[in-house]
Amino acid sequence: MASNQIMYILFSAMIIIFSVLTVTTRKILRAAVYLLFVLVSTSGLYFMLNYQFLAGVQLTLYAGGIVVLIIFSVLLTSHISQKFEPYGWKKMAFSALAAIAGAILSIITILDYNFSATTQAAKEIDMREIGLSLLSVDKDGYVLPFEVISILLLAAMIASIMVAKKGGPKRSDLQTTNKE
Amino acid sequence: MINFNYTIWILLLPFLMFIFLGLAGHKYFPKFSGIIGTTGLAIITALSYITAYKYFFLTEKIDEAYQKITAANTVWLQLTDKLHIDIGILLDPISVMMLVVITTVSFMVHIYSLGYMKGEKGFERFFAFLSLFSFSMLGLVLATNIFQMYIFWELVGVSSFLLIGFYYQKPSAVRASKKAFIVTRFADLGFLIGILILSFNTKTFDFITLTDPSGSAITQGTGIGFLGLSIMTWSMIFVFMGGVGKSAMFPFHIWLPDAMEGPTPVSALIHAATMVVAGVYLVARMFPIYSIAAPVALDVVAYVGAFSSLFAAVIACTQTDIKRVLAYSTMSQIGYMMLALGVSGYGGHQGLGYMASMFHLFTHAMFKALLFLGAGAIIHAVHSNHMTEMGGLRKYLPITHMTFLIACLTIAGIPPLSGFFSKDEILAAAFNHNKILFAVEYAVAGLTAFYMFRLYFSIFWGRDTHYHHAPHEAPATMTIPLIILAIGAIFTGFIPFNEYVTSDGKGFESEIELIVAIPSVLIGLLGIGIAFVMYKKESAIPDKLATTFKYSYKWAYNKFYMDELYLFVTKRIIFRYISEPVAWFDRHVVDATMNAIANVTQTVSFRIREFQSGQLQKYAFVFITGAIMLAILFIYLWK
Amino acid sequence: MNTGIPLQYFLILATIMFFTGVYGFLTRRNLITILMSVELILNSVNINFIAFNRYLFPHKMEGMFFSLFVIAVAASEAAVAIAIIINIYRRFTTINVEDVNELKY
Repeated sequence: MASNQIMYILFSAMIIIFSVLTVTTRKILRAAVYLLFVLVSTSGLYFMLNYQFLAGVQLTLYAGGIVVLIIFSVLLTSHISQKFEPYGWKKMAFSALAAIAGAILSIITILDYNFSATTQAAKEIDMREIGLSLLSVDKDGYVLPFEVISILLLAAMIASIMVAKKGGPKRSDLQTTNKE
Repeated sequence: MINFNYTIWILLLPFLMFIFLGLAGHKYFPKFSGIIGTTGLAIITALSYITAYKYFFLTEKIDEAYQKITAANTVWLQLTDKLHIDIGILLDPISVMMLVVITTVSFMVHIYSLGYMKGEKGFERFFAFLSLFSFSMLGLVLATNIFQMYIFWELVGVSSFLLIGFYYQKPSAVRASKKAFIVTRFADLGFLIGILILSFNTKTFDFITLTDPSGSAITQGTGIGFLGLSIMTWSMIFVFMGGVGKSAMFPFHIWLPDAMEGPTPVSALIHAATMVVAGVYLVARMFPIYSIAAPVALDVVAYVGAFSSLFAAVIACTQTDIKRVLAYSTMSQIGYMMLALGVSGYGGHQGLGYMASMFHLFTHAMFKALLFLGAGAIIHAVHSNHMTEMGGLRKYLPITHMTFLIACLTIAGIPPLSGFFSKDEILAAAFNHNKILFAVEYAVAGLTAFYMFRLYFSIFWGRDTHYHHAPHEAPATMTIPLIILAIGAIFTGFIPFNEYVTSDGKGFESEIELIVAIPSVLIGLLGIGIAFVMYKKESAIPDKLATTFKYSYKWAYNKFYMDELYLFVTKRIIFRYISEPVAWFDRHVVDATMNAIANVTQTVSFRIREFQSGQLQKYAFVFITGAIMLAILFIYLWK
Repeated sequence: MNTGIPLQYFLILATIMFFTGVYGFLTRRNLITILMSVELILNSVNINFIAFNRYLFPHKMEGMFFSLFVIAVAASEAAVAIAIIINIYRRFTTINVEDVNELKY
């Protein structure tokens, strides 16, 4: 068996097992840790597919940022070892049904379709390419989404600060922000 | 060609009076509305007299016959390209004669009501309704086609309903007005069926076309039709059924005595002089068809008329309410008119019955209105309707006494008053045609004299009753019409009707047949004599006769139990077996369906409401499921 | 690097991860675990884009950039969501999603 096949099997097994565990465990902190494992395995998949920059971003942002954020909020809002009450079985049954139905549908569709691979050669992606196209105004340039994302991030920052402030957002604060 | 265009005002003016008084009378002219109504009627009375003068004396006759003139006609409703309903004005001898009768009597009643209804609540409403009635009746007689006549026929019924139920707070008046309307409406069903059959066969509604004796309409449908009678005969019998209802012939007479609940001027105008003769007018208007194409129907008319007059005369001998006596007297006299039409032929001297019927209509209007208005004056003085509470009134009410006496002599047929001439012509026509009917009518003449003078003697002679308040004579507004009508009753007998109003428009020679005239006067005098003996002074003879003929008396006093029979049929049979199941169906099936629809809607909405549960995961579940189903639909099922 | 593993394997993996996330979204009661399931969904989408880019369009970079931007947006969205959750916790003293249901009939 080739090495990438072994890697693929390893990574995909981890992803599947840990994602199922995330959604079924009853302890919340364990769910957060399982999520972390899922994200790390995903970035492993990206490395395998030769997208190093993306894998790095995934590790940094997702695994390093979002999971930390989640753990902090868990600590803020509940006991660490708080256990959940068991779920009502009707809810679980219906959602499992919906999820499995959707999965079967998608899998059948995927297997039915024949994807035609292109014969063009692969392009080598390195940081120089990524940086140039991120800021280029050509046909393949991504400067517009780049700028929009930066504004979005700014807005998200301000919004979360405002919403999560102690005492919540007050009317006077909102008006001040509008005037500015 | 003389211009008769102004006749449209004869119709329009009372209608405008009705609208004006109805809308504005109560608020703005509560006391003045009587004068307004009376003025309107004075104008149209003058116009009618002018029309009569112009028609009878100034228009040229063709073939010595008076022509039917259409003064105005417009198409109102076009049903097919040949059949259309018009509204118009038709002038011919009988319609012009009716114009004179209706407007004169209505005018007298208006003047009388100024005094009689003075101070009553609803004074202006009364005059508005009187104008409505005048409009409807005039429209009926001036109709150019049978459908227009039907429309105004119904309008007359409505006006009668409104006027009988004038004292709407009295339950008996409300009941009486309902009874009148329902009975006449039921009879009008027959009228409508007759109209439909007739127009289906002759393809026209227009009177001139229908009654043209040499035209094609009359010969339609005369073959053998249904049950041995031709279609034309059936349609004419149905049309006559409408006349039976409106003219209170047996068996649709039950509304007329109860209609006396209305104010007395109403009884005088509607139930004595004008509305109840509408049936006679209908048969007269359709007379060429009756006599040429449907003679069997004419026999029906004659027998119904004769039977009704005998029936009513017998009942009238026992009644004690003076207005009811007069109501039955009206029914009896109209029976005379119907009989006269029934025994008549068409054309020349054969049409003696027709002429006599119209003549009697004319004179009857005068003296019957006089009798009713006089009764009103008596009721106004004594505040009671019953003969048993009156007596010796001749000392207190001189003018009323004189005019009432003149009217009673007229109706008994004593020469030279007008009633003698008209009744004599009828008896002559019956004598020449059918001896049995003549015998019946002869007996009725005697009975008429008897019960009318029973009425007269009981009121004005009899015992000297002591009254609580001394009765006083009526005011001038009430006595002047009495005097005018009395003059009419005396002198109208001398009008030579045989020159003006005949079955085919041509005048014919007519004279008094002594073989009929002398016996009729004798039996009239006999009736008066018997009444004189029994009632002039207080005596025990009436009570002794009542106990001797106990059963006949009881049956006659209770009007032969006709009302009870009708009530039995409607309450026990129709209400129980037809109306109640239908009502049950309506309540439990129709209403239940509606309620079920509402309940289902409410239940469904309660269930649907739970979609908006506020639960985030439920929303998401619906979303995902919907997306999956749409995906299945679009990828696999939608080819 | 990618011979021997057909495209469909990646796609099926992404599908399983996606529907696991959907199941978690519909079942879990804690708001934060719902957020975690949303992250799973977003991640699966990323894998999908990358697989298509590598196998079907190796000469272009759109798939990668799309995933990049998805990661950025997911991060900001998680931040705002956490802020809202904290606010809800302050108001309702619970972050059980079934108790946050005032916007109903």
